[in-house]
Amino acid sequence: MAQLTREDILKLAQLARLDVTEAEVEEFSNELTSILQYVEQLSDVDVTGLEPTSQVTGLTNVTRPDEIRDYGYEPLDLLKNVPTTENNQIKVKRMIG
Amino acid sequence: MAWDALTTIADNVQSGRTKATDLVEQSLKAIAEADSFKAIIATTEVRARERAAEIDARIANGESVGRLAGVPFIAKDNFLVFGAETTAASNILKGFNAPYQSTVIERLESEGAICVAKANLDAFGHGASTENSDFFTTLHPKDTSRVPGGSSGGSAAAVVLDLAPFALGTDTGGSTRQPASFVGCVGYKPTYGLMSRSGIVAMASSTDTVGTLARSVDDASLVVDVMAGRDELDSTTINRDTNGYVGLKPSLKGKKIGVISEWFGDGLDAGVKNHIEQTVAKLKAAGAEISEVSLSSLPLSLAVYYIVVPAEISSNLSRYDGQRFGYSTADANNLDESYTKSREVGFGKEAKRRIMIGTYVLSSGYYDAYYKQAQTVRTKLINEFAAAFNQVDILVGPVAPTTAFKVGENASDPLKMYLADIMTVAPSLAGLPAISVPAGEVNGLPVGLQLIAPQREDRALLDVAAAVESVL
Repeated sequence: MAQLTREDILKLAQLARLDVTEAEVEEFSNELTSILQYVEQLSDVDVTGLEPTSQVTGLTNVTRPDEIRDYGYEPLDLLKNVPTTENNQIKVKRMIG
Repeated sequence: MAWDALTTIADNVQSGRTKATDLVEQSLKAIAEADSFKAIIATTEVRARERAAEIDARIANGESVGRLAGVPFIAKDNFLVFGAETTAASNILKGFNAPYQSTVIERLESEGAICVAKANLDAFGHGASTENSDFFTTLHPKDTSRVPGGSSGGSAAAVVLDLAPFALGTDTGGSTRQPASFVGCVGYKPTYGLMSRSGIVAMASSTDTVGTLARSVDDASLVVDVMAGRDELDSTTINRDTNGYVGLKPSLKGKKIGVISEWFGDGLDAGVKNHIEQTVAKLKAAGAEISEVSLSSLPLSLAVYYIVVPAEISSNLSRYDGQRFGYSTADANNLDESYTKSREVGFGKEAKRRIMIGTYVLSSGYYDAYYKQAQTVRTKLINEFAAAFNQVDILVGPVAPTTAFKVGENASDPLKMYLADIMTVAPSLAGLPAISVPAGEVNGLPVGLQLIAPQREDRALLDVAAAVESVL
């Protein structure tokens, strides 16, 4: 039975880039434990000979010609929702150091 | 004021008897008057008025505008639409103005329909009541102490409140069918891939579909007919039925209808159970051949859903990182802090909960036990549906275990809230078309009958649903 500890929650939050509060750590460890215990009923199901399904209508490798299409979008319009830009480029915080 | 059938509205506009501008004003007035129900996040009034004036001018000019000429509609706020922000009812998308529109919105507009407003939802579609909206909870049109269902609760309430003649929702695990059942309108979920999701805020990509909420099966079928079919911007789309989806031939005579026995057990409210059994008896009286059908893995479908869907959510929501669009914290010293602080402020509790579950089931060491096992049980479920459809044409059952619940009743226990989806998730996992048709009331609250068909049998499902609607 899954029983999520404080360390588990902090590790998950770090992987998911979420900054959880102390109250949330407590809350999530209880809630996630009960949700995981519910879904664990699947572990006993006999699935011998069955393959997992991820695409339900059976489509595979849908392709189109690799060519430029003009959808009429102005680059500046597409940048309007960007929080910070400089010289029409997306500006982010420094990654190193 | 109630709306006419969509074909009547469009005919009247096209012939000049009604002005599109008047219809838009009627809709905007109804929205203002029903403000206390909180079904709407924002109107697109400036653009809607412009489009209506343009349509009226084209008609005055002798042009043919389309099959939805001048018909106002409301889109769930997870559709990218011009004229208002697209927020998905989330703080992280507040202020986001779509640079392009959803394919289905473009298709509706090309037939003359006019989007007038964006409807409330559980943020990103995560919920069954609209209580997970980061902004406010929509109230049930018939009893304001209750929820309208969700996640397309704003769209469903809007239809019942006559704010527009139809509305768009999305349905990932019941988000169109369940609110339709709660408030008493038609709620349609197509075969997976029948409608493009391009320009819709992604939740769980292997089950996300476009939902239609309408006042009749006939109205829904016209909207489906306009939206359905391949789109090169969504590679999961499939071809439309060569027979189309309009001109329905309602008939129950000789139709083999299977009643899903697993859905009538513990957990189903006694009043709903009794009412659905009576409803099935009416279908029998109208000539349908009723039999009981068992799908033994059905009780597992909610567990499958709450592994697969959070996994896909955690992946889809990773794009909200505060860098390219959406909320971005000003208080960060480096890139990692910018991601983390932006997401912490921007996401509500349910989004965080689902991201955490998804991250867990996809993480190294747990992937096989949770995600792979869930996807394999999903295959078992799909096989059982296929076997059932060897015996019957259509499967029926309740949409949800209860009628509309009270605001706050399930809010403190996430697992209890998830149980509201127990009868709608299985068709989603199998990619099947399904519809909620109003079936009367239990103790003064609406209840829907769920009808399910094999994949790509949307047309046949609509034919039967129209017949069911006429006998109820």
